[in-house]
Amino acid sequence: MIPVIAATVKVMLPLAQLPSNFVHHHSTTTCVAENRFFCADWAAHNFDRYVDPALKQALLVSVSVAVGFTVAMGLALLSHRQPKLAPTFTGLTGVLYTVPSVAFFFLLLPITGFGTDTAVIALSAYTLQIIYRNIVAGLANVPEEAKDAGRGMGMSQRDLLWRVELPLAVPEIVAGLRVATVSTVALATLAFFAGAGGLGQQIYSDLTFKTNIIIAGGLAMLMAILFDLVLLVIQRLATPWLRAGAS
Amino acid sequence: MIELSLPIAFLHSFTGAFDFILHQREAQTRFVQVGGLGQVWELTRTHLEVSGLALAGSLALALPVGAALGHRGRGEMFAIGLGNAGRAVPELAVIAFLVAFIGIGLRNVVLALMVLGIPPILTNTFVAVKQVDRDAVGAARGIGMRETQILTRIQLPLAVPTIMSGVRTAAINIVATATIAPLAGVLTLGDFILSRNVYGDQGVLAGAILVALLALIVELSLAGVQWLLTPRGLALQRERAAA
Amino acid sequence: MSAEAPDSLDGPVEAPSVAFRRVTKRYPGADEPALAELELEVPGGEICVFVGPSGSGKTTAMRMVNRMVEITEGDILVGSTSVRQRSPAQLRREMGYVIQQIGLFPHRTVADNIATVPRLLGWDRKRVEARVEELLELVRIDPALRDRYPAQLSGGQQQRVGVARALAANPGVMLMDEPFGAVDPSNRERLQNEFLRLQAEVRKTILFVTHDIDEAIKMGDRIAILREGGRLAQYATPAELLMAPADDFVEDFVGADRALKRLALMRVSDIDLWEAPLAHVGQATSEARAKLPEAEVPYVLVIDAERRPLGWLSDDDLLAETVPAKPGTSPDPVLELDDVMRDALSDLLQAETRYAPVVDSEGLIAGVLSVEIISEFLTSPEALTEERPAAERPLG
Ligand SMILES: Nc1ncnc2c1ncn2[C@@H]1O[C@H](COP(=O)(O)OP(=O)(O)OP(=O)(O)O)[C@@H](O)[C@H]1O
Ligand SMILES: [Mg+2]
Repeated sequence: MIPVIAATVKVMLPLAQLPSNFVHHHSTTTCVAENRFFCADWAAHNFDRYVDPALKQALLVSVSVAVGFTVAMGLALLSHRQPKLAPTFTGLTGVLYTVPSVAFFFLLLPITGFGTDTAVIALSAYTLQIIYRNIVAGLANVPEEAKDAGRGMGMSQRDLLWRVELPLAVPEIVAGLRVATVSTVALATLAFFAGAGGLGQQIYSDLTFKTNIIIAGGLAMLMAILFDLVLLVIQRLATPWLRAGAS
Repeated sequence: MIELSLPIAFLHSFTGAFDFILHQREAQTRFVQVGGLGQVWELTRTHLEVSGLALAGSLALALPVGAALGHRGRGEMFAIGLGNAGRAVPELAVIAFLVAFIGIGLRNVVLALMVLGIPPILTNTFVAVKQVDRDAVGAARGIGMRETQILTRIQLPLAVPTIMSGVRTAAINIVATATIAPLAGVLTLGDFILSRNVYGDQGVLAGAILVALLALIVELSLAGVQWLLTPRGLALQRERAAA
Repeated sequence: MSAEAPDSLDGPVEAPSVAFRRVTKRYPGADEPALAELELEVPGGEICVFVGPSGSGKTTAMRMVNRMVEITEGDILVGSTSVRQRSPAQLRREMGYVIQQIGLFPHRTVADNIATVPRLLGWDRKRVEARVEELLELVRIDPALRDRYPAQLSGGQQQRVGVARALAANPGVMLMDEPFGAVDPSNRERLQNEFLRLQAEVRKTILFVTHDIDEAIKMGDRIAILREGGRLAQYATPAELLMAPADDFVEDFVGADRALKRLALMRVSDIDLWEAPLAHVGQATSEARAKLPEAEVPYVLVIDAERRPLGWLSDDDLLAETVPAKPGTSPDPVLELDDVMRDALSDLLQAETRYAPVVDSEGLIAGVLSVEIISEFLTSPEALTEERPAAERPLG
């Protein structure tokens, strides 16, 4: 067997097994035994086990979106300078967006191995399309007369970009970030396939235990909402002129 | 050493994966034959079947509702909120919910996938229909078109690009999530990925390659459908605006 | 120049002349030049208006001065140096630039917009602050608006902020491309007047583009009329242009109502005004009535103790014993000696009245303007021939 894959086998074996019902064995209450809709007692006693995976997933999402944003920004600035590149970048990020993340994880395994790196690469690749598209649209929507006025005042390309174009593109850029982040929280639930743990690991560990599904799934959605709120606040703080204009 | 061996090992694993696709072999678990074009075709068919049914079901529900709301300009909170909420739903949770609460099987998987397909189609249809040029709608009313005619002859054709982008997002979500359908007892191409103890590493990689290809083919086909459905005048107008 | 001269911080800047030397512009892919061998010189401190039909190269000519458009052939001198020898960024920071769409930065406050160029030039904070304050006052923007965003301003206010921003680094030259084009006509006239008053203080060399010949005549010390193909049809003072159009094209462009247009060149003070019978508040009406028969104006104008007009006596008022403090007919419109004659006429016509009191800069009565005086002037031969003392522009 090939060394790279061999290395992954050991770690992956437990995952490859069919979901075990380990939770039931440790629990004796009738609610759990009968697998009722939601066992509040069990949830209260076992909530701890979800904290670390949730934090891990939050970190994974933050890192992935940050990487995705950096790369997308780089691509957007390149194609802003050199519009000929835009169709290529749009196509490329579109392909990365289309490839299902589970497939992406396993395509990367032989190259990057089992672990968080692989998850970050796949998740950030997935965000590129949305973020790139929004940055490009944001820059394209900057009023021509504001740019003309800037140039007429002797701003260099750089001045214009940093002082006029990017600030005015902030609303669209953050809108893209919000969509990308929320989607990434959901997708990161699958990142345990790549060895990055997270809430998905908890779900997968017992697919038939209702309370488990509700807690883990609920936490993932809650996390998406929290991320969205944080970005919304950032957006409002970064664009005071939008609210002023509306009043 | 490592720098050299890595790409070679990498190549090797991919050739192994292609071999798995093309030729049958004995399963890791012994006694049965797995891989080869026969099984690939069988799993691909199931994958397309659940995905196709789920997409059709999503369209049947989301398109009329989105169009009706958009035409009246009502229910903005609902239409937009649904789209946002839809993005936050973890694919794995949907399948797990199915397994734990509803039960496994093809019909249930299709229903679960519709949960992911409906929001983007409904939201985009709503937005697209609502956005259609008021002048065009006013003109249509002026020449005596009935409301249903306005919707089907003016608003929907002009809304095609935006609706189709919603459909494509839905399709991508559905095809991707169908990959983990084997957890709910429906054997799609994802089975190669999820059941490594049966198919081995080469089977896992083969599954990943096949799923990626399938998703890209579906996306390209839908892009083609969009091109066919987009009214010629609208495409020209956009080209002009871009130039 | 007044005490709060805007140049106080930077010391007065000598506004340089701008000279076009056989300037040609050919855009890539175009057969015809957009501007053909333009040759003209704008003396320092004067307003030169470029006017002409759409596509005649007005914007092109203006944008070559700050190298927003590159010169194909020929040269442009600012002062004695060629713009080709200057870096575009440096050149632009030394020139004000105002466009029709104004182009205020929507994400920056009024103060930050105005401070753009000083900050690019690396001025320290205090100096920038002081300059912003000075400019707000100069363009008559309420300092309370300094922290507003452009979306919170009216069109006219935005326009004034645009002008303030262009003036920020105290440039010698201002380039203005249809600066009042987007402002509605009623506000445009006010902005034009304000701008002329401002120019009287700052004395910049201004290149001003418009396609409105009336605006050109009102604003320009000199007018360059361009025609299709970017050729210069005539370069002259407004009066010359109206009296001696170089050819049919200019004559057509200036319009058949040339005499009427000359009104734009005159102030109310340039014409002999009529006198109305005057009456003080409290005086017996019989005295006023006695003056009526031989008066030029058939109505009695009531004035206060300082000789400010209060209104016209109505027929009812004349029947009363004494002259009332609030006469029956309002004095509006009250014109000023400094008003442009064309605006005065339009005020008269708008108010549907034949007579209007004219006051001096202190608001004291100086005479009465009537529609008859103007129409007499328009039908007299001097309207088209004799060079009347063109209104001293800008207002002192
Ligand atoms: N960037 C450009 N590239 C190619 N051709 C141009 C460009 N800018 C202007 N032109 C052409 O040059 C000619 C002069 O244009 P310019 O904008 O100077 O006219 P203008 O007198 O300012 O007209 P308007 O009153 O409509 O503003 C026109 O025929 C125009 O089409
Ligand atoms: Mg122009």
